[in-house]
Amino acid sequence: MTYLLLFFEFFQSGLFAVGGGLSTLPFLQKILERYPDWFGTLQLADITAIAESTPGPIGVNAATFAGYYAAGIPGAITATFALILPSYIIVTLVARALEKYRDSKLVNNAFSGLRPAVTGLIAASCWAVMQSAFVVGKLSDGFFAMIDWKNAALFAVLVTLLHLPKIKNLHPILFILVGAAMGMVFAL
Amino acid sequence: MKYRWKDQAQLFVSFLKIGAFMFGGGYSMLPLLMRELVDKRGWTSEEELLDYFAISQCTPGVIAVNTATFIGNKRGGALGGAVATLAVILVPMTIVVFVASVLMRFWHLPMVQSAFNGIRAAVAALIAAAVVKLLRSNVRNLFGIVLCVVAFAVVAVFGQSPIIVVAGATLAGLIAGRMRK
Repeated sequence: MTYLLLFFEFFQSGLFAVGGGLSTLPFLQKILERYPDWFGTLQLADITAIAESTPGPIGVNAATFAGYYAAGIPGAITATFALILPSYIIVTLVARALEKYRDSKLVNNAFSGLRPAVTGLIAASCWAVMQSAFVVGKLSDGFFAMIDWKNAALFAVLVTLLHLPKIKNLHPILFILVGAAMGMVFAL
Repeated sequence: MKYRWKDQAQLFVSFLKIGAFMFGGGYSMLPLLMRELVDKRGWTSEEELLDYFAISQCTPGVIAVNTATFIGNKRGGALGGAVATLAVILVPMTIVVFVASVLMRFWHLPMVQSAFNGIRAAVAALIAAAVVKLLRSNVRNLFGIVLCVVAFAVVAVFGQSPIIVVAGATLAGLIAGRMRK
């Protein structure tokens, strides 16, 4: 019965959370409140912290974590699949339709507006990641205390490297590993 | 159209890698997508990736999963969509279960937190480089610059939902296309 409920709850979140992973969090909050015997003292903040720092889509990670808490590994699998099932079905249908109307003028006009706008959205998410990487205090602590300067320097160096010929063609995974290593070095 | 098994296998491998190394959700998969699907396989273009992101933003569900489903569908039909979707969540799912069951005790260790701190800086650098690339190729006229700046401001400065941006930009694109005629 738990699995069925889990499936139902996460299917619903997957169906109605429009706008990406973070928009599933309010739904998750509701689930936490509705089933206290599943989650005990587990807080949304803990789920978010784990979901954001483990690799993978944030919404998926949050669902896996909550599902595991509720009912172990089968629960994790149930919650995750329930979350992605609605979007899998919808996107598959949309992909079919898009393939058909790819060359229509209307679709191309719409995309001509969407491409620069989505570039702006990606810039905004870059800005958000930068804040989570450098901003460690409040402005009231003073500008110098507010910024994690070592991390900001690491960012600056990596951005520069990413514009050098040859180095910029290295796999992004390498840069992520370097980031992890440097983070640990800074902490010493 | 007949889809080949080799394509399904490559889809699986590419999205397995992307899922395993995307930190921060959603758009942070972009540098990896560019590398694996545009540069390495030549399956799609940067423009098409932006189209998928736009659609994924306004269809329900997690953006990364939607994008995987999209690209999988294009390359390998409904099966390809399932393969890519499954591949992108497989490693994250395993890691989260592992963290929840075993690593919770170590989670708050300073060393672990420091590693993630460094990863965040690297991810920010990777996305920044991707943004620069996209600005060069997709924001080339005044219309594009205005849309891009407004989209950034709506989300980053005013904290509004990206869905508004997608709706507005679609409308702007349609109107501009009308006027060009």
